Amino acid sequence: MLKVRDLHVYYGVIHAVKGITFDVPEGKIVTLIGANGAGKSSTLKAVAGLVKPKGHIQFLGHEMVGRSAHKIARRGAALVPEGRHVFVNLTILENLRMGGFNKKRSELEPLYEKAFEMFPILKERANQKAGTLSGGEQQMLALARALMSEPSLLMLDEPSLGLAPKIVSEVFDIVKMLNSKGMTVLLVEQNAAQALKIAHYAYVLENGTITLEGNAKELLNNEDVRKSYLGEM
Amino acid sequence: MNLTIVLQQLFNGLALGSLYGLIAIGYTMVYGVIRLINFAHGDIMMVGTYVAILSGSALFLPWWAAFIFTILATALVGVLIDKVAYKPLRNASRISSLITAIGVSFFLENLFLVIFGGVPKAFPVPAVFSGVLHEGGVILPVISIFVPLVALVFLAILMYILRNTKYGIAMRALSLDMETTRLMGANVDAIISFVFAIGSALAAAGGIFWALKYPSINPLMGIMPGLKAFAAAVLGGIGSVPGAALGGFIIGIIEVLAVAIFPPLAGYKDAFAFLLLIFVLLFKPTGIMGEDLERGRF
Repeated sequence: MLKVRDLHVYYGVIHAVKGITFDVPEGKIVTLIGANGAGKSSTLKAVAGLVKPKGHIQFLGHEMVGRSAHKIARRGAALVPEGRHVFVNLTILENLRMGGFNKKRSELEPLYEKAFEMFPILKERANQKAGTLSGGEQQMLALARALMSEPSLLMLDEPSLGLAPKIVSEVFDIVKMLNSKGMTVLLVEQNAAQALKIAHYAYVLENGTITLEGNAKELLNNEDVRKSYLGEM
Repeated sequence: MNLTIVLQQLFNGLALGSLYGLIAIGYTMVYGVIRLINFAHGDIMMVGTYVAILSGSALFLPWWAAFIFTILATALVGVLIDKVAYKPLRNASRISSLITAIGVSFFLENLFLVIFGGVPKAFPVPAVFSGVLHEGGVILPVISIFVPLVALVFLAILMYILRNTKYGIAMRALSLDMETTRLMGANVDAIISFVFAIGSALAAAGGIFWALKYPSINPLMGIMPGLKAFAAAVLGGIGSVPGAALGGFIIGIIEVLAVAIFPPLAGYKDAFAFLLLIFVLLFKPTGIMGEDLERGRF
């Protein structure tokens, strides 16, 4: 579904992503793990079109490099950004409306229903400002908002960031459930243990390059990974 | 001062204030989405009045068609100004855009001076708008009744757009977070163009009514109303649409009342708006309806 080849991201003189290559096959959860500043978020931003990279990003057989973010989103790649970025000045319903920006009016109602079924808390507060939600609720809203566009690829940037452990496992349960229904997921996480538990395949990023890749289960047992990312001595 | 005079002055202030309000909405919306004080906004109002004259005298449109044409054409001018002058600077520092806006302002003023000369032109006032009603000693020019009503109708339409249409909601989303709005699949450039179109259309409407009220126009006429509308937008809380309208009404009424109560100050009437601006900036920089600067808008 997504094929990334020799991807480079530059911010001025800083070379954040240094020629990485990876694949996200249809129906799989693929995770990029690595320390803060390894280039994970930059990679997602490049795929989503928020930064202009060098290299190739093929999504559903089309080249995405050089396309603007809104066109990539319309193609069906949805990014839940790091830090959630819900529109705190809009109501929950309006946030969902934004998520379904390119949906026809008639398509919206069933999508709202689906979102509220998956996240009942959002239904109760549909007309409240998103700014009144807790961090965990905002993460649910950010997910629901991304799903409004019925994406074929769901990209999650640090969904566990700043959330209580209980909420984190809820979020990961939902991602797993979505995947079981066929959603392709590209997950970026510092919380490597959680990410590797639900992912099929994983890439380890260090200083902008991929240093290790493999089945998630294997990496979970890999000694280097355990030492560097799972906090074991 | 008796009640009649107070009513009369309130009424005059309301009419003037709604003109400021119409213009202030453009300032506030553009600031909301791209954090730019569009100092050329008052000049866009001036452009509107010239388009109105030309569409009557050169295109021979009846007055109502001329008004509609003017509003649409001026909206297009606003969009073009954004595309040519501001869009290339979208990622530049705010001060660059601000200086560019001042440049666009000077450019429009001088372009129109070159084309039309500095001699004021008479603005033809259709008979419908030139009547005067007398009601219990209060003199009500028809235009002064019409202006606040039209301003309120425009405000209601705009609020409806902002609350209930996807482009309106996207404008509010954009005012908070441009990147995430892009991620939603919304074409941010198109939305910004739409904001310039709305702001400029309202400035054109303001310009037409200004010219109907004070039927003499010149290329520099937009400066003072533009600056006062800016003060109104800040007073109301820059970024807030209802705030801009409210700020406009307040400044209009204060300006008129101050002169009515202290006639010797008539020569300083232009100063009141700016005095108020200074006080707002000193004591409540977020204005009446403004929120925390980096929170959402409208």
